[in-house]
Amino acid sequence: MAIKQITVFVENRQGALVEITDTLAKERVNIRALSIAETNDFGILRLIVNNEGKAEATLQEKGYLIKVTEVVGVKIGDEPGELTSALSVLDKEGINMEYLYAFMARTEKHAYVVLRVEDNAHAEKALTDAGFKIVTLFDIEKL
Amino acid sequence: MEKRYYQKEIETMSVEEIKKLQSEKLVKQVKHVYDNVEYYRKKMDEKGVKPEDIHGIEDLHLLPFLSKADLRDAYPYGLLAKPLSECVRIQSTSGTTGRRVVAFYTQKDIDLWEECCARAIVAAGGSEKDVCQVAYGYGLFTGGPGLNGGSHRVGCLTLPMSSGNTERQIQFMMDLSATILCCTPSYAAYIGETLKEKGYKPEDIPLKAGIFGAEPWTEEMRRGIEATLGIKAYDIYGLTETSGPGVSFECEEQTGMHINEDHFLAEIIDPDTGEVLPEGEKGELVFTSLDKEAFPLLRYRTRDICVLSRKKCSCGRTLIKMAKPMGRTDDMLIIRGVNVFPSQIETVLLNEGYQPNYQIIVDRVNNNDTFDVNVEMNPEQFTDKVGEILAMEKSLANAMKTMLGINPTVHLVAPKSIARSEGKAVRVVDKRKLI
Repeated sequence: MAIKQITVFVENRQGALVEITDTLAKERVNIRALSIAETNDFGILRLIVNNEGKAEATLQEKGYLIKVTEVVGVKIGDEPGELTSALSVLDKEGINMEYLYAFMARTEKHAYVVLRVEDNAHAEKALTDAGFKIVTLFDIEKL
Repeated sequence: MEKRYYQKEIETMSVEEIKKLQSEKLVKQVKHVYDNVEYYRKKMDEKGVKPEDIHGIEDLHLLPFLSKADLRDAYPYGLLAKPLSECVRIQSTSGTTGRRVVAFYTQKDIDLWEECCARAIVAAGGSEKDVCQVAYGYGLFTGGPGLNGGSHRVGCLTLPMSSGNTERQIQFMMDLSATILCCTPSYAAYIGETLKEKGYKPEDIPLKAGIFGAEPWTEEMRRGIEATLGIKAYDIYGLTETSGPGVSFECEEQTGMHINEDHFLAEIIDPDTGEVLPEGEKGELVFTSLDKEAFPLLRYRTRDICVLSRKKCSCGRTLIKMAKPMGRTDDMLIIRGVNVFPSQIETVLLNEGYQPNYQIIVDRVNNNDTFDVNVEMNPEQFTDKVGEILAMEKSLANAMKTMLGINPTVHLVAPKSIARSEGKAVRVVDKRKLI
């Protein structure tokens, strides 16, 4: 059920990021969510897009260093305490998390959280059991 | 299997005969230089040496050295020993460190040089049945013209590709079934990588041998090129100052390069004192051109650090062998007081499973040397976890520290992001301004 995240290596130089977003824009790939982790030397851009296959092929063809990883997407209410309850589920189950980022839905009163965890299936089951809705690739494309 | 040589009588001559031949040629050559090259005559006069003091190779140590600085001083005609009307060609170095070296050739000089290259091609298994793709640069650089001439003399079908335009290299290689590739090792590795990306397996590639030189490369890099291209890779050595490639060449034993001793007399000296070292000791390689007419350098200091060996070779050649140079005296970096050769970095990278695509950047900040090494990441190593990439950098830095004794800062960069000229790779950027 996991959704696919594309990670792109961003060189530490002026204009490196805009070249990537421009490449995707030209192919009409829409970015749904993103996060950047940076070090002194480079950045790591993580993307959730509406058309993962096209984005992957385009970036690959342009010679970018990319990696596709499966992450868990979960839908939460847009209210104080919602993120805490989702995270508490993982905590209780002892599921280790590497990082997360979140984005708001355009119209619905919802937020989406992208979770990079050790065990996707375990996290999905725990969250579903606790009443959360897991976001699928299909949902992402529709967003 | 029958042993094949280009000039058997020379290549398998007994050591006594070779030394006798060298002695006769040296006596003549010293006279030729003394009579025709004022610059060297002055050096000899200053040292109090006359041509008649040189009776054979045992007297070689009496002669003054020539260095790259002398070549710059004497530029362009100061070391010319023949009238320009008898010269037919020049070749030149890339001139990356100051003034270019310009070397002159008579037709005989060209003939002998091409013969040296022909010996190298035959030693690599070449014959008139082969298709030899020369992807060294043509023009002033000696690589292209030298191997091109050697290939003609052997009778190979010669593809004078010059360097660069990798797509076209590959197209000709595949369409015309090239069997021997001559280029720099870094370009061979690049062609190999490109072929691999295009989905070619070693068995799909018609090449059987490669003759690679003009820049330092390691044994690990050789194994890598051999595996990717499905060939046997032979080293070749030379320098513009003495002729070009073909001063020495490897045979199938791949344990050092046979020096064409009938033309080039080799010595190993202590680079600090200039004292001649016995066979088997490591030091600076010095060459005396025994047959060059137009540009005959006596005791030219190559700045290459290496070892000579007369150990019997299974190929049957009796020509003395030189080990692959361990580095150049001027390649060597002194960082925080420690000697660092770029080839050491390369060895670490290959041991750690990286491609040898790197750049060393040295600078001085607040009177301290900074030492950074950019290394291209393997695509399969890339991950979305920052911590893992930082850990890879740390582990690589540790491996380099073990090898070098000093700690570099390693930066992993994207594949193919380090500028890679298709001729010689720029491995070192030294930004230190020493006042």
